[in-house]
Amino acid sequence: MKQWHLQKCVRKKNLLTGKNSSHVFPTHMNTTLTTTDITWYKAGSTVDVPENGGACAMIKGKQIAIFNFTRRNEWYATDNLCPHKQQMILSRGMIGDMSSEPKVACPFHKKTFSLKDGHCMSGDEYTIKTYPIKVEDGLIFIGLNE
Amino acid sequence: MKNETHILVVGNGMVGYKFCEKLKKKDPSGIFKITVLGEEPRPAYDRVHLSEYFSTRSADHLTMAPEEWYAQNKIDLVLGNPVVSIDREAKKVTTFPGAVYTYDKLILATGSAAFVPPIKGVDKDGIYVYRTIEDLEMMIAQAAKSKTGAVIGGGLLGLEAAKALLDLGLKPHVIEFAPRLMPRQLDEAGSKILQGKLESLGLTIHLNKNTSYFDGDETVSAMQFSDDTRLELDMVVISAGIKPRDEVAKKAGLTVGSRGGIEVNDTLQTSDPDIYAIGECALHWGMIYGLVAPGYEMAEVVAENLLNPHAKEFRSFDMSTKLKLIGVDVASFGDAFGAEEGSVAITYENKDKGIYKRLNLSADKKRVIGGILVGDAESYNMLLQMVNNKMALPPDPEDLILGSRGEGKSESGNAGVMNLPNEALICSCEGISKGTICHAVTDQEITDLAGMKKCTKAGTGCGGCVPMVNDLISETLKSQGKVIKKVLCEHFNYSRQELLDLVKVHEYKNYNTILNELGKGDGCETCKPAVASILASVWNEVILKQASIQDSNDRFLANLQKGGTYSVVPRVAGGEITADKLIVLGEVAKKYDLYCKITGGQRIDLFGAPVHQLPDIWEELINAGFESGHAYGKSLRTVKSCVGSTWCRFGVQDAVSYAIRIEERYKGIRSPHKVKMAVSGCVRECAEAQGKDFGIIATDKGWNLYVCGNGGAKPQHALLFASDLDDETCIKYIDRIMIFYIRTAEPLMRTATWLNKLEGGIEYLKEVIIHDSLGICSQLEKECQLLVDTYHCEWKEVVENPELRKRFTTFINSEEEDETMAFTEMRTQKKPANWKE
Repeated sequence: MKQWHLQKCVRKKNLLTGKNSSHVFPTHMNTTLTTTDITWYKAGSTVDVPENGGACAMIKGKQIAIFNFTRRNEWYATDNLCPHKQQMILSRGMIGDMSSEPKVACPFHKKTFSLKDGHCMSGDEYTIKTYPIKVEDGLIFIGLNE
Repeated sequence: MKNETHILVVGNGMVGYKFCEKLKKKDPSGIFKITVLGEEPRPAYDRVHLSEYFSTRSADHLTMAPEEWYAQNKIDLVLGNPVVSIDREAKKVTTFPGAVYTYDKLILATGSAAFVPPIKGVDKDGIYVYRTIEDLEMMIAQAAKSKTGAVIGGGLLGLEAAKALLDLGLKPHVIEFAPRLMPRQLDEAGSKILQGKLESLGLTIHLNKNTSYFDGDETVSAMQFSDDTRLELDMVVISAGIKPRDEVAKKAGLTVGSRGGIEVNDTLQTSDPDIYAIGECALHWGMIYGLVAPGYEMAEVVAENLLNPHAKEFRSFDMSTKLKLIGVDVASFGDAFGAEEGSVAITYENKDKGIYKRLNLSADKKRVIGGILVGDAESYNMLLQMVNNKMALPPDPEDLILGSRGEGKSESGNAGVMNLPNEALICSCEGISKGTICHAVTDQEITDLAGMKKCTKAGTGCGGCVPMVNDLISETLKSQGKVIKKVLCEHFNYSRQELLDLVKVHEYKNYNTILNELGKGDGCETCKPAVASILASVWNEVILKQASIQDSNDRFLANLQKGGTYSVVPRVAGGEITADKLIVLGEVAKKYDLYCKITGGQRIDLFGAPVHQLPDIWEELINAGFESGHAYGKSLRTVKSCVGSTWCRFGVQDAVSYAIRIEERYKGIRSPHKVKMAVSGCVRECAEAQGKDFGIIATDKGWNLYVCGNGGAKPQHALLFASDLDDETCIKYIDRIMIFYIRTAEPLMRTATWLNKLEGGIEYLKEVIIHDSLGICSQLEKECQLLVDTYHCEWKEVVENPELRKRFTTFINSEEEDETMAFTEMRTQKKPANWKE
């Protein structure tokens, strides 16, 4: 079994200019990018996350759900915790869209959350956190605000 | 300091509390300083649901708001301080312990006390009133040493009290002075029906009874009646009406009514304009309102007027009520007794089912003016709307209480809502009209209840209006030409049946292709599992080849449980298992620390496996000869059986062998929803086959086949499909019905609902399956045989396939366990921690 060790990658330059990398930044993060330093953590390899599905990575003691939205050629990262019943589960949820907004449905009670900004799309007041994510050379990186 | 107005609220009951809540909401900046004086030792609680105290024995869940709420809202709450006098001149009140409070505006919400009739001996021990939590506590203590109890008063509260005595293990008698029960709501016929229902529950009802005196030494031991009869008993509860608490107001010189109640005008001011009275202590044009809704409306009027003088007036309030009384629906609305000159009543009575309905029509027979419903009050909402909005009657007014006969059953309810005027109040808790709801659909593109709740707040209060709100949404959508067709979701403009046909014709095997060719967008949690089910039903390939379109359980071939672990259920065909296999299950459960439970389907469920252990557990089970039980799938679950003729001295056929044969045949077949079957060895029906999708019951000539039953929230018995079948014919019929169901049902529709919606019902099904009226039977059989022949154990595929096995990980970058999974112990086994919310 291959063992991933958390590897801190030093990135303190403007990340939007990076070459050979594809980024997806949740929209609300854009504003913070210019002012805050983000530390990027390697989360695993792209082949570990099923196409049009999700998987969970442990980053700095935090469970992060990673979604490989192949149909849209996009990657997303959110909390793994569904706030409805406080369950670590969202990475195992089905993804899809509602009126083009990408979303994930919790496997427990089908509460759905926007992958873009984490708001609940099925009528509740909950919100989940979203994280910057990028892929470089087949590796996935998650950005955390330090 | 002077611009702060001091509001003093006397009384902390439901209405007093509601007043605080409403005033705080209207005045968030706090120009009003609120002080509340309560007589009882606890903050306001829900008296309407007081009887729930008997089952929960906890006042907490009845509490309207905890003491912290008052603190957070900067309201001074002083409990256990009954007010003894009001000095209107100095604008001061004094409480029993002698404390003095000043006010600018005084709100009297003192409520009412139980009316205790002046009967000789009424002060004996063992006689209680039904009003406060303290009263209930005393009743509970007394009931423990009592056998027989009586309730004086056959009204709403009296019957509730009688139910409480029943629950406390007593034989309750209800003593009513009037010739009928609930005399303010029901007429004679309605009372009779209710009486019949209550008597069948164990209550004894005495009408036209007048109590002369209570007998006994210190404690009551009997009631003596004016007709010289006598009832020996151990306790009495008095619930003979209410008496407004107006004594302090009276002492202060405020005008009170001759039969009690503090007189108020339309802005709810008493004879002193700085003093208001709300709730059950207020007398408004000769009327005391003993219900909570008008009390809340009074609170609203005063709160509003304090901020905007003369903005609102209290109007006489509709006293229509609907309630569930000891499990019996009772409703009374509008002019319930037809008091209006020349009105005509239509009645319907079914003594057998305990249903009584009465509609009062206006003299010109153009409108409903009121009515009574006992035993079935489903049409209450609609009828009340017709009364309140003075709507025109349909051509056959009896349809309103009988339902439209002839074609479709539910027709009358649904379309009716659209005939309401736009002003019709639908959600009375939030004050939302029909027009607001329909506009939310047309202008703000609301299409479901969740959206409606968010947009308008309709349906967020008591929830009673939710069925009407739903009807309004769907009817409005329909009127716009939307969703007339049952399409899968926003991504597919096809019904499940159409999609299944297209998948077959085009030989599509992949979700993405289907979405590209037949749909739009990126899919969702509705269409993904629906298409996954169609693909499995048509081609029966390994479902994990497309893992990310599978629903929660199918995705990991196990049942997701609280805490995020899974449960494992190996197949135990027909419920027959050897000792060796039982030992294997025990050993595996022990090794992986799994919670064990026997399921309703005669097999063993092992709970608490984290996702990464599932392949290891299954590898051991498969090596011991087990295979997947498909407990996670919308597919055949189990074929339950009784032991049958091999052992049972009554059995007429070998039920176990046939059950195993059936289970082996249909195992793994995916269908629109789960399918359960059972085989019973004789008419005693120990396998409960008539509660299953397919139920087989032995006769001395063969098998009777029952179809389309289910348990669950809405149980429905299976219907007899064919009798005395031989082994092969019975299987042939099941083959055909199974595929016909798979082809034509909507997603997640059980066979019972499917049959209910099938035009022509069971007779039509017999035509298709037995007489091949559509000429499709050979095709159905062929398709079923394909599914039987392509059966595979899904877990074997995973255990033997490293690629699939790799997906069963908790974290992709760590082999740590999920530390957030928490377990506790219960009866020596583990259980997951409770939900946190």
